[in-house]
Amino acid sequence: MSNAATGDRAILKTVTFEVLRYNPSGGATPHLETYRVPVTKGMTVLDGLTWIKEHKDPTLSWRSSCRMGVCGSCGMFINGLPRLACNNQILNLHSDRIVVKPLPNYDLIRDLVPDLGDLFRKHRTVEPYLIRKDPGEQDRPTGEFFQSRQELFSYLQFAYCIKCGLCLSACPTVATSEDYAGPQALAAGWRYLSDSRDEGDQERKAALYGSHGVYRCHFAGACSQVCPKGVDPALAIQMAKRQAFLQGLGLGKPRKAGGVIPPSEERRPAGEIPQAPPKTVVPGSG
Amino acid sequence: MRESKLWTWHILSAVVIVVLLGAHMGTMHLGGLLERLGVGSGDPVDWARVLHRSRQTGYMATYITLLGAGLFHGLYGLRSLFLELSLPKRAERAVGGVLAVAGIALFIYGSYVAVALVRGSGV
Repeated sequence: MSNAATGDRAILKTVTFEVLRYNPSGGATPHLETYRVPVTKGMTVLDGLTWIKEHKDPTLSWRSSCRMGVCGSCGMFINGLPRLACNNQILNLHSDRIVVKPLPNYDLIRDLVPDLGDLFRKHRTVEPYLIRKDPGEQDRPTGEFFQSRQELFSYLQFAYCIKCGLCLSACPTVATSEDYAGPQALAAGWRYLSDSRDEGDQERKAALYGSHGVYRCHFAGACSQVCPKGVDPALAIQMAKRQAFLQGLGLGKPRKAGGVIPPSEERRPAGEIPQAPPKTVVPGSG
Repeated sequence: MRESKLWTWHILSAVVIVVLLGAHMGTMHLGGLLERLGVGSGDPVDWARVLHRSRQTGYMATYITLLGAGLFHGLYGLRSLFLELSLPKRAERAVGGVLAVAGIALFIYGSYVAVALVRGSGV
């Protein structure tokens, strides 16, 4: 990172990184360690951590992958807010002191690595996939499930979730109630409940509308505020409540899943599909 | 689903509370304004007037409705607090049961008082 972060670019200033360190095998309690980091234009918090690892302390641990806000791996508690380290530039934080801690509301594995097992366990409880009454069609499709543009947009924003877990770390209810399903799982559940192709209402009822589902949400809205992808889990939870309320009063619209459209030549893309470029590596040549 | 039904009643009881508590606030604390609008009828906390109101069947029904809505709304909220303590399932059910029994007992007692006032035996 020496070149990418500082080598070729002018150092604009030096900031102090205070990073929470914790090594369970070392017997030490979690504590903050301080590093002075030179900052160049465009440098992200993740770049800063990489600089520390390369120049100061190779044992510093965190989780990251794509570096472009897509994989959702590098969620951290940065200057008092849950954020992705890769899409927050140091200069945009407008502070000479950058405090980096692991995400709250999760168990800590080491340094900045939270245990996201709880997030994925809760995510699985809402069965986050299309459930149909015609499973044969899913296994051996004869066509496509019909969905209008309007039906797509009714849930599209909830499909942008990257499962970074920031919403759970911001949620005050998750902080006090470990059984609460949390905004991520509930929004994922609503994403499928509001998908016109889905028929899994009954399968998701216990997780969404059980004693630790949507009704435990206090509507603080912190989940929506911190989501790096613009998903609004608080809205999803309120929509799920509204649907249950209206159905309870017999006012809800009956849901009928979209049918299957057989493949049609007319709907195929017009024109020739360009050929794939030639292989750059011939198998067996290396 | 049970939780959805409870939530629905929670919302409906809130509406009832807002309406009836609004009527209560208007009657008890906006007497002057009501007088000026020509719908007031004297001091609302005058003992004779309180007694007169208490002995009307309509008021009794209102009191009982407000009592039921208030008890349900409040006890449901209390149950929600307990559910957030991540108690074992059995404890959660026990808390729900105790609150339900307490709510029913308080409702019966409060309703008895309202009915007794109408019959004139409570005063």
